[in-house]
Amino acid sequence: MISGRVQSILRTSLSVATTLLGLLLVTFVISRLLPADPVLAIVGDHASESTIAKARHDLGLDKPILTQFAIYLGNVATGDLGKSVRTGRPILRELAHVFPATLELATLGTLIGVVFGIPLGVLAATRKDTMIDHLIRLIGLIGYSVPIFWLGLMGLLVFYAKLDLLPGPGRLDFGYEEMVVPVTGLMTIDTLLAGDVALFGNALAHLILPASLLGYFSLAYISRMTRSLMLGQLRQEYILTARVKGVSEARIVWKHAMGNILVPLLTVVALSYGNLLEGSVLTETVFSWRGLGLYITDSIFGQDLPAVMGGTIAVGAIFIVINMLTDVAYRVLDPRAR
Amino acid sequence: MPPSWRRWLLSDAPTSRRQARAARAYLGWIAFSRNPLAMLGLVIFLALLASALFAPALAPLDPVSGDLANRLLAPGGEYWLGTDQQGRDIWSRIIYGSRTTLLIVFMVAVTAAPIGIVIGASAGYLGGWVETVLMRLTDAFLAFPKLVLALAFAAALGSGIENAILAIALTAWPPYARIARAETLAVRGTDYVAAAKLNGASDLRIVLGHIMPMCLPSLIVRVSLDMAGVILIAAGLGFLGLGVAPPQPEWGSMVSEGRSQILEQWWVCTYPGVAIFLVSLGFNLIGDGLRDVLDPREGRDG
Repeated sequence: MISGRVQSILRTSLSVATTLLGLLLVTFVISRLLPADPVLAIVGDHASESTIAKARHDLGLDKPILTQFAIYLGNVATGDLGKSVRTGRPILRELAHVFPATLELATLGTLIGVVFGIPLGVLAATRKDTMIDHLIRLIGLIGYSVPIFWLGLMGLLVFYAKLDLLPGPGRLDFGYEEMVVPVTGLMTIDTLLAGDVALFGNALAHLILPASLLGYFSLAYISRMTRSLMLGQLRQEYILTARVKGVSEARIVWKHAMGNILVPLLTVVALSYGNLLEGSVLTETVFSWRGLGLYITDSIFGQDLPAVMGGTIAVGAIFIVINMLTDVAYRVLDPRAR
Repeated sequence: MPPSWRRWLLSDAPTSRRQARAARAYLGWIAFSRNPLAMLGLVIFLALLASALFAPALAPLDPVSGDLANRLLAPGGEYWLGTDQQGRDIWSRIIYGSRTTLLIVFMVAVTAAPIGIVIGASAGYLGGWVETVLMRLTDAFLAFPKLVLALAFAAALGSGIENAILAIALTAWPPYARIARAETLAVRGTDYVAAAKLNGASDLRIVLGHIMPMCLPSLIVRVSLDMAGVILIAAGLGFLGLGVAPPQPEWGSMVSEGRSQILEQWWVCTYPGVAIFLVSLGFNLIGDGLRDVLDPREGRDG
């Protein structure tokens, strides 16, 4: 049995490794073979022949393509994602600097999605085909259909400009950001560590709108999956048995059925966490939220292809790691999957 | 519908394959048309088609060149939805923008589906290391969130509608490859494929003529389910300036153009967003309805 487990761990690691390799192959192809010329981006349009040749040589672009790929893999494996064309700083360090902002946003977003999405999904399943079910379905469908960048702008228009209930874009009010000493990079936690309650309130107020936005998208997905998983359980015979025995409906739903869908639900939540990475790109752009997403879009505007690729690799790698952890958790927690 | 047609369609003993297929489609349509939300989706889709086809008749003003004397006018009067910062009529731009949206959706479908079907069918039919390599590549593409990968492609390819379409298509094909492979595995060992092989058909001919057609039905369904997502990604690229080159109207870039005056002239970025939302909702409603009809297990009950 031990060898079986070792085997399965080996298989998982191998599959993660090949997927990572494939991911790097994709980013390598994008950055080397597509039209945007990395040399021109550095030396500019008016450089002389010799300058271009020298830059080519410095970047290793005069080597055979397979050698280039091997060097690229080696660099990435040692944490070298190259230097940003705009700032000249190592991309990995810049990514590490902006990542906590995205983490903070996506975590609160997922939390909102879980807190509202699971009860809504359960409600829809227990009231199947009633008005409530249709209403919850519609809420979800709207979440799937609305362009997130537009909803963000509408949120700012209503809650910031018209009602003046929430602050505008950014992670803190203008000028305050320099006052916070970055420890974890998470604004809410850093302000608390500094013992500044007012600043913490400010950070939280800035967080509410973008996080609710992401939370809504996560809610749309989580409530739909919860409903479907819950319906699958409620049809089972053990539920009928419990009902016949006179177990209360609340207990049947929240204890018996919920107990059985908890593990697949974990997968759903993890996937939605990964999806929020995608949603955060446009959300951060709208809210001037200095995270991974805004870093990528800023780099696109700045013609900083190495930085765009670095950000893309980071998002892809996080995605793979989330999937792997979920896979492992599933196998550990669900006895049927062993 | 004449009763005789109905009888023919609902016959218990269809005499031809065509009759059986027509009956299946008819029953599917009955189930689909009983779903009010799905019908709403269909109406939205037809409105999009009509808007693209009859744009010159529906749009009162020029969508590209504006009248600077009338910039940033509030909705009402001659300009139903107001004007933008270049004095262009927003309603007219939204109407013409439907052409861009339809073009992107259509081009992505006819580009990504063939890529997926060729890769998936080859992997499933040839097996061995070809299958391993192709499916690993598919997994690698699936490891990126779609929008992020599309952004990376678009950033490298440069802006422009062709590049946006290519970037989206390059991120959309992996699920199609998986479906095509699964379908191929299901028919690979069947007698008719063996018969074709015995008749001396080449691998290429078997894949093209005998296997790919079998993958089409499930692939078409999946492509139609994906269209809402394609619209949102296209709008996102447009919003970031990686879509259609200005001054051509595109809904995502229209939202972005209105962003700087959102506090004073809210209508400039509000209405194009409503258009994106409605069309994407329409495709989602149709997709939901289709799923209910085609696969009751996976649909509302599952």
